This record gives sequence, structure tokens and C-alpha cells, in this order.
Amino acid sequence: MFTYTLRRLLFAIPTLLVISFVIFALLDLAPNDPTGDLPLTIPPEVREQIRASLGLDQPFVIRYLRWLQQFFVNEPLNIFESLTGWQIGDGERMRVLSWATRSPVVDLIVQRLPQTLWVVGLAYLFGVLIAIPIGVISAYKQYSIFDQIGTFLAMVGYSVPTFFTGVLLIVIFSSYLQWFPSVYDTNLRVTDVSSFIAQVKQMALPVTVLALFNASQITRFVRASMLDNLHQDYVRTARAKGVKEKAVLLVHVLRNSLIPVVTVIALGVPTIFSGAIITEQIFRVNGLGQLLITAVQGADIPLVQTLTFIFAVLIVFFNLIADVLYGILDPRIRYD
Amino acid sequence: MKNLKLLLAGTVAALSFAGSAAHAERGTDGDLKILFWQAVSTMNPYLSGGTKEVYASSMVIEPLARYNEKGELVPMLVTEIPTVENGGVAKDLLSMTWKLKPDVKWSDGTPFTAEDVIFTWKYCIAPDGGCAQAAQYEGVKTVEAPDPHTVKITFDEPKPYPYSAFVGAQSPVIQKKQFENCVGAKAPGCTSANFGPVGTGPFVVKDFKPNDVITLNANTNYRDAAKPAFATVTLKGGGDAASAARAVLETGEYDYAWNMQVEPEVLATMLKAGKGVLVTAFGTQVERINLNHYNADPALGDKRSTKEAGPHPSLSDPAVRRALSLAIDRDIIDEAGYGEAGKPTCNIVPAPEAVASTKNDSWCLKQDLEAANKLLDDAGWAKGPDGIRAKNGVRLSYLYSTSTNSVRQATQELVKAMWAEIGVDAELRNASASVFFGGDPASPDTFQKFYADVEMYTNNFDGTDPEKYLAEWLCDKVPGPENGWQGQNIPRYCNPEYDKLVGELSKTADLDKRHELAKQLNDMLTEEGAHIPLIHRGSVSSHSVTLEGVRMNAWDSELWNVADWSRKK
Repeated sequence: MFTYTLRRLLFAIPTLLVISFVIFALLDLAPNDPTGDLPLTIPPEVREQIRASLGLDQPFVIRYLRWLQQFFVNEPLNIFESLTGWQIGDGERMRVLSWATRSPVVDLIVQRLPQTLWVVGLAYLFGVLIAIPIGVISAYKQYSIFDQIGTFLAMVGYSVPTFFTGVLLIVIFSSYLQWFPSVYDTNLRVTDVSSFIAQVKQMALPVTVLALFNASQITRFVRASMLDNLHQDYVRTARAKGVKEKAVLLVHVLRNSLIPVVTVIALGVPTIFSGAIITEQIFRVNGLGQLLITAVQGADIPLVQTLTFIFAVLIVFFNLIADVLYGILDPRIRYD
Repeated sequence: MKNLKLLLAGTVAALSFAGSAAHAERGTDGDLKILFWQAVSTMNPYLSGGTKEVYASSMVIEPLARYNEKGELVPMLVTEIPTVENGGVAKDLLSMTWKLKPDVKWSDGTPFTAEDVIFTWKYCIAPDGGCAQAAQYEGVKTVEAPDPHTVKITFDEPKPYPYSAFVGAQSPVIQKKQFENCVGAKAPGCTSANFGPVGTGPFVVKDFKPNDVITLNANTNYRDAAKPAFATVTLKGGGDAASAARAVLETGEYDYAWNMQVEPEVLATMLKAGKGVLVTAFGTQVERINLNHYNADPALGDKRSTKEAGPHPSLSDPAVRRALSLAIDRDIIDEAGYGEAGKPTCNIVPAPEAVASTKNDSWCLKQDLEAANKLLDDAGWAKGPDGIRAKNGVRLSYLYSTSTNSVRQATQELVKAMWAEIGVDAELRNASASVFFGGDPASPDTFQKFYADVEMYTNNFDGTDPEKYLAEWLCDKVPGPENGWQGQNIPRYCNPEYDKLVGELSKTADLDKRHELAKQLNDMLTEEGAHIPLIHRGSVSSHSVTLEGVRMNAWDSELWNVADWSRKK
């Protein structure tokens, strides 16, 4: 198992390098311009100077190599320095700078992480917690009324887009009932009971929207996997041995059914980090999803490049975790 | 019981007294919550020319003089506006002198002097800095300080309208002490200065989260001890225009929201909640359809829309250009897409009032299909079997492009239907705004390349003087491969008489004469069909009914008088 993991990690390095190059090339080929959003009153020659000051007048290869150096050498050194307090060299090195804010990209990401992890991460957790019991009961009582309603709700939750459910919840709970705020306050610090309630209140709507969406996806996997196992011979054997029904269902069937589900859940974790572009935008959570979409719209290439590359790293990494977990959970699978 | 009542009455009296006195004290009205649905990226407008950055920074850093809501200059950091009459502007128009107010302080308590003004100019013109507002300092030869409270600006050549450098929200004065080590290529590295500039304005940045939220405190060193009424400002960003409107008009969570680009009927429903109102101001934005004077036939490949391609086969006919304008019903377009935020116009310079011409309103503002059809008939464009007019094998069928935007696509549909009534066909196309306005010379879809017969977008000019703007239609400003598609004469209009008149405008100092010339130039463009002006677009924002003192301004930052805003008691 260890050598397998090591081998996969080594394979990841060329994969990620190729990915970073492809992203860079795609962004470079896209007909987008960082001065495109500026008012037309800014004359073309000034725009040319702005582009030059962003380094856009340099050839493609130079810009790519510069990004590689900034991202793989300068940024880690910088993190190392701020963690240990030691200084390497003169401490002055070019970091990856966003074109729109002219500030280091890594700082922006660090600033956005908390709200994304809270809202999107919590929604994922709730989604899983809701999905598993519903999936189990739906499968155990297949074609019952509970199963029918569960299937119906899952279909609705999966097919109705978040930009609809989000706005619907705002209209009902913010505009009409006035229970929850429609705008997320990223300045809020939880220090006492009242600020904690305020935090719960502002998270309620976006978390609900996303949890519903996640739950409806995962519950279908749980149900299908449970159904596969319920008709297996070992289940019949267990029952014939006189094992209690509860133990059959929750110990034998559920454990076996969760193997593919765990993989699906692990593969979904990187999407937490990439944020929820639409939901974040609707509730103004301003997390990583909103950061990415504003960067794409404003042609802020260093920011888009860095963010998408970090997502790529996470996806590769969680793929590996899913594979390793699979081996641990299922004794039939051995990699070595 | 009686005592209690008395006590209550006393408290009420005390409260109401405090309420009335609050207007004259700084920081008594709590938090002002502003919503910008496009989030603010930096507080340094010299590093980002975006409107949102210019507006947000206008609460912190100030220019020497601003435009008020009527488009008149008002002194901010100076004692008066220099003119030729008061001797502030030299008779030869080669220099001007600003007298700074004597005891203005920066928010860090240090005195504001002429050195800061000079430094601001040097900061923006520094090579490799990529200063987004460099155009404001165009033609400035030197900026000097004869004494610490006097600034003398010398120009390269006579400037009949000298109010550009240090005037308006686009060119505020920044502090020398703070930005001294941030000149040129070093500018982007000064993150903390760019996010929290020291200013002379009513507020100071307390916390800046780029592209998210800005928290500001009242400036304790602000020159008016009674202002601002608000103790703090929270400027939140992100989301979309419709939900921003809802947060002010329906839920009342925010006090002010900028740029309500929302369908008129959606806004009307939100207004029924009674929590907020809309404010509109008309500046110089005009939505127009440019008519390509060069041939844009795709068969010409890279040569299309350039001089080499030759004149446009049908749009070079003045009768066709006039007929296309006559066929458009501007009222319908306005009603469907703009509502309160627009009015029909036939001018490319629609404001200020002194330069807004009314000469062509009589024939152009109202749709006249009959006249349009007659014009085309007389010019020999006869309808074919498919109902489309043609002459010598040239069909009146146009590629009509614009940027992707729901209002623009709706307008395209309307115009296409109107043109169909005079036997003109249109093929509609749209490109993403960041591509269309991006100016990438490699992209075929930019508005500068104009690989279409007609194209629609909005443009405007800063401030109130249209001289520089009208110079965009000069013959030598036609974009093409030789200048990297950088000219601003997008319709490729060329008229030596027009060029001569622009030359005259640049030499005229007398205001009335300037206005007259500007009108003449504007009329020439409309009459000769360089373009078809459609809608004079206003800026619409919304504010809570509890907010007082908002004077919506299209000539400067919308937040230009935020120091005077207060909470209704």
C-alpha cells in the first residue's frame, strides 16, 4: 500500500505540470483582456501601458516560467518564512500578484477560505448526514411511500438549479418573513452568543440550498448501493443464521454499501474548496467561488491560473485518497 | 405613576433634543451600509480605472475640485476655482494656479501641502507604473509649488479647458509620505497603501477585503468638524444588480446600492415595499449604433473594415444611413429596456445642457417609416422578391453586433423588426463584454475591429467638456492594422471639414463659442450619419428612505458628497 501511494504521488508531479501548462495556454489563448472592463473613457495608449505594467508584453514562455517560479519557489519560501520567522535571502521576491487587486493571490485565497469552508463544507456535511439515512430507508422499503417521496424530492433537489432555490428562499425568508439576512457578512466575528446566533442565521439559507443539492445527489448513490447488497447471498445467510434484522441492515449491508459511497464523497471534497460559484454569488458569501468567477470575468489571469491549479492539485490528491480508502475498506482490493 | 410619566416625558424630550443636535456632530448616525454589486478591488484609482474603484476611493481621497450634480466645479481642497477672470488661469492659457486651503490635514494628522499634489502627478506619469488615469495629466508640462499652499500647472500648449489634472474623482491627490517608495514598477507591491490610502476625505479605511467588503471609519481629522454624520461605512460587494436592488428596496438591509441595471418592471415591483427610492442622474452616456463606413464583407478577410477594403457598398450612401435612423422608434426601445434610466436622443453629446443640441430633434426623434421608405425608393434601392431592398446586386442586409447583455439583445431584436419595415435585413450577433471591449488585436470580435456592418454600445466622456471626445471622430483616429486597431474613430467617419472645426474648438477659449462649436460638431455627426444615437443613458442607484442628503451625480463620483449624508430622524 505504501509503495503504491508513493508511486501515485510521483506520477502526480508530471500530471500536475502538464495541467498547469494546459491551463496557462488555454487562458492565454482565450480572447480576454484585463483592461476590457475599464470605462471607454480610458484611451487606448493608456490601456497599452497598463498591459505592459502587468507584464503582458512579454512572450508566452517567459510568462509561464515566471509563474512557475513564483508559485513553486517564491510562494512556498514565503509561507516557510512567515511560519518560522527566518529570512531566506533578502526576503524580497516576486509573489503571484492578482491583476485586479494588485495584491498577492495567496493572501486572497487565505482570506476567502474560512467562509467557503464554513458554508460549502457544512452544507456538504449536512448533505451527507441527510442523505445516508434517507438512502438506507428508501432502499430497505423499496417502492414504499417513503421511497417514492424520497425519490421525488431527490429528483427535484437535483434538477432545480441553486440559482432558483436560492432566490426563492431569499424571497420567502428574507423579503417576506424577514427571518434571515439575504447578504452574508464576512466581517462578522463569533465572540459571544448573539454573534453566534447572527452567524447561524446568515449561514442558514446558503447552507440549506447547498445541503439540499448535495443530499439529493448522494442519497441516490446510497440507495442504489444498498439495493445491490440487499439481494446478495451473504444477507440471506446472515438472516438464516438468525442475526437480528437491525444488525443485518446496519452492520452487514450498510458497511458494504458505503464502500462506493465513500469514494464518491471523497471525490466530492475538492468541490468544497472550489466553492459554490452560484450560491456564493446569490448570498454574497464572497468565498473562493466568487473569487474565481470575478477573476474569470475580469481576465485576472494570475488569479484564475493559481486557483484552478490549486483545484487541480486537490482533485488529484483526493482521487488518490479515494483509491487508498477503497483498499482499506474493501479487503478484496489490494494494490501491492 | 405620575412621577413615572414625568420621567418618561423628560426622557422623550431629552432624546428628541439629542436627535436634532445630532446633525451637527460627527459620527452620531451609526453605520452607513452601501452595496456595490461589482466588488471593489483596490482603493487606488491610479492602479485600476474601474468605476467602482474610483467611486469607493472618493470617500477617502479627494481631488482639488469636483463636479457637483449640475456639472459645475466646486472647490474641495482649494479656496476657489481658477479662471481667466480671477487670474487663476494665465491669459495665454499656458498655465493655471490653484490656491490650497491653508489648514487641511491628512487623516494621519500631517498637513496637506503642494508637495503632495506635485507627487501625485509624478506618481501617475512615472514610466512602468501603468497609471490608469494618465489621460487626466495629458498635456501637463510641469507642476510646481511656488509656496507650500500654491500649485502651478504649466501646459505644453494653450489649454482652453484646463480642468483635468486633479479635478474630478478620477484624479485625486494621494499622500507623498505614504506612496513615496511606490512609484513606477514598485506601485503594485505597496499593497497596504493601495488598500488603505491616507486621504483628506470624510472617511478612512479601517479594513479592506479585496473584492469583498470595505470597512471605513469617520476621519477624525476631516476639515469640517461636524461631518461626516456617519461613524462608519460598510461597503459590501458582490452578487448581481437585481439582488442588490432587493436588499435596499425590499428587505431594507442596505442604505444605498449602486448601479441598478435591472429591468424597469422588476424595479417597479420592488419599489412597492416602500423601503427605498430610486435616484437617477444623466451624464454623457449615449447608447449608439455605429455605421461602418468601410466595407466589412467577410470575403475581404483581414482587409475588411480597413481603408484598403474601400467604402461600404451600401452604408456609404447618405440616404441609407438617414433611412436607418428614421426607421427606429427610440421611445419603444427606451420603454422596453431603460425606463427611468434612459431617454431618447439624437445627440452624441447629450449633456451638459449648454452643449446639448436640439437641432436634429425635429426629424430624428420620432419614427417616420414613410419618409424612410421614400428616401430609399428615391435613391434607387428597390425591394426584391424577399422584401429586402437591393441595388446593383447589393442587398441592404447587415451584420449587427454588440456585447452580450440582456437589454442590448432585446434592443437588437426591436431594431431588426423596425428595419424590416423599410426592407432592411439584419443578422444579429453578440460577443462577451470582456472580449468585445477587450481590445485584443488578435480577436476578430472587438468593437475596434468592427468586423460587422453596424454595431451598438455605449460611450461617454469624463467631466463636462466634450473637446477630447469630439476629437475621436478625426480622420487620423480611424483604427486599423497600422496603429494596432487603437484609434477611437470606430465608425471610420472622415470629413476634412469636421477635422477643421475640431481644430478650431481646440483653440477657442471663450465658453459660449466653445459650446456653439461643440453643438455644430455634434450635429454634423448626426446629420451625416456617422452613427445613430439611440438612448441618453442615466445612472440609477437606490437608497433607503431613511437616508438623507443623497445628491445623485453623474459628473463625478456618486458618493461625492457622502460627508453630507445623514440618517433621517
